[in-house]
Amino acid sequence: MTQEQVQQIKNNPKYKKLVGTRSRFAWTLTVIMLVVYYAFILFIAFSPETLGTKISPDGMATWGIPVGIAIIVFAFAMTGIYVRRANGEFDGLLNDLKNDIEKEMK
Amino acid sequence: MLGRILSLFMMASLTVAFAAGADLGAGTKAEELNVPAIVMFFIFVAATLGITYWASKRTKSASDFYTAGGGITGTQNGTAIAGDYMSAASFLGITGMVYLKGYDGLIFSIGFLVGWPIILFMISEQLRNLGKYTFADVTAYRLKQKPVRILAALGSISVVILYLIAQMVGAGKLIEILFGLDYEFAVVLVGILMILYVAFGGMLATTWVQIIKAVLLLAGTTFMSIMVMAKFGFSFDALFTQATEIHSKGVDIMSPGGLVSDPISAISLGIALMFGTAGLPHILMRFFTVADAKEARKSVFVATGLIGYFYVLTFIMGFGAIVLVLGDPAGSYLAADGVTLKGMNNMAAVWLAHAVGGDYFLGFISAVAFATILAVVSGLTLAGASAISHDLYANAFAKGKVDENKEMNVSKVATIAIGIAAIFFGIAFEKQNIAFVVALAFTIAASANFPVLFMSIFWKKLTTRGAVLGGYVGLISALVLVILGPVVWTQILGNETAIVPYKFPAVFSVPIAFVAIWFFSITDKSEDAQRCMDEFDAQDIRCQTGIGSDGAVAH
Repeated sequence: MTQEQVQQIKNNPKYKKLVGTRSRFAWTLTVIMLVVYYAFILFIAFSPETLGTKISPDGMATWGIPVGIAIIVFAFAMTGIYVRRANGEFDGLLNDLKNDIEKEMK
Repeated sequence: MLGRILSLFMMASLTVAFAAGADLGAGTKAEELNVPAIVMFFIFVAATLGITYWASKRTKSASDFYTAGGGITGTQNGTAIAGDYMSAASFLGITGMVYLKGYDGLIFSIGFLVGWPIILFMISEQLRNLGKYTFADVTAYRLKQKPVRILAALGSISVVILYLIAQMVGAGKLIEILFGLDYEFAVVLVGILMILYVAFGGMLATTWVQIIKAVLLLAGTTFMSIMVMAKFGFSFDALFTQATEIHSKGVDIMSPGGLVSDPISAISLGIALMFGTAGLPHILMRFFTVADAKEARKSVFVATGLIGYFYVLTFIMGFGAIVLVLGDPAGSYLAADGVTLKGMNNMAAVWLAHAVGGDYFLGFISAVAFATILAVVSGLTLAGASAISHDLYANAFAKGKVDENKEMNVSKVATIAIGIAAIFFGIAFEKQNIAFVVALAFTIAASANFPVLFMSIFWKKLTTRGAVLGGYVGLISALVLVILGPVVWTQILGNETAIVPYKFPAVFSVPIAFVAIWFFSITDKSEDAQRCMDEFDAQDIRCQTGIGSDGAVAH
């Protein structure tokens, strides 16, 4: 790619939209995941007894178990959400952009 | 020719196996020969050697060798990534940890898993768009090839060797206990098989070995978990209640305990597990085996699902082992002291297999556990060999002016060399504590590989000097902090108190690496620094969109 082409692509509104939306989306999901995980870690570090509270007085299961499994399921769901949007919406934008660039090159 | 070598090898190994068996039968009765396990293991070996033979006919170019020609689908690749990740340490180690400490085992699984979403959001498609064979391709994209490649290759090779040592020692121990074969024989067998898979079959064979093993492992653990739950009428409460009655720690196994007692250790472990994953060369390499960014994303989705499912199963199996193995009325799974398990507590999953499925299922799970180690060492060896042949030989020293066949020959020689080194280290480290090697591997991956990779993708002002000096600072600080830490300083060197009180020093070494990269970049006023910054925009476009990579990668 020449410098000229680089500038052309960078100024293309579709490129800006694609990269802007996707980075915002990716960073948002990353921050959510980090907050969820480190909240869990901080509970373990500072207040392990909270996770050790029993769900019902008759049983043995503690809140820590559904919370732990929920984090695993949540991590999987987050990847699903990202892949769905990226493979649909973002790839659509990307194909549009590629068509534009091809026309410009001709 | 290859076919002949393979069949010769098969015959030789079978003969040795039977000879060892006959010997054991006649001599000591220390370890019983586990016939079903051996039979199933050799079926697996025969099948995978068949795949290797098939793959070797399709492995013609360097691209075939390193990335299976980019022809692996997202789902296949996701299964293979899950296979790379569900190593013996995960399968035996985490089940053993749940068995021993209850809830604390789940903390480890979660830490190992949450790295995956981050990899997907931040680096998987960027890697696929920019790179060709190894993650060094990405870091060297706009920086000066030679110093950056050498750094990345050293980072890769250190992680690969350390991880290999842990796997080899684990394999040797496992075979000694399960198959009743000698430790040295086991290590040599693993070494030879992995050399064959990698040198002849390349990435195609390695991937399929990984996929088959992942499917077998998931099927086996699913069966085991269902059998456990069936014994408790599918009630978790019944399982947990019985477990707390049997376990010496009682109800404490239901809540977080002593595993991570202070906040800094908890956070540091979290950082090492999360970012370490994103710096493991054999995992990163898998993103180049798929056709495009779309398939790369799909791989992560599939991998995260399979790994998450597997970790939930390890939790059930760990608790199942407390009731059915520890609480077995005959006590037949316990060692002479009546407390530890035969073959140490890492064997919880294996003895549970016997408790729920008898001799043949024990044989099946043993064979799968061993296949797991074989598959993981193959993936590691391929990553190490690629770092040597592609990064060091072809790009750093020959400056890309080598013929592809020559490069492939170098990678085969490197494979053999790594295999021999792994056999040697596996035997030398037999009696060593291998926990620290795993800690070290993850810490180096998080402190040396990940920061350089991340900054080269996202930070425009990164310069060659910043990446190289920062990378070495990360590598060295990780090494020094681990050596001064509790595992090496007190347990291995025998000093009284550790200078650094943390087993995983990632909370320090990762920021040190980032700050060093930043500092040495912004103070770099050279011509090369300017060039690196000027080339960022073009890199970023390709990284974000894949534009320009379609033709450049000869897939």
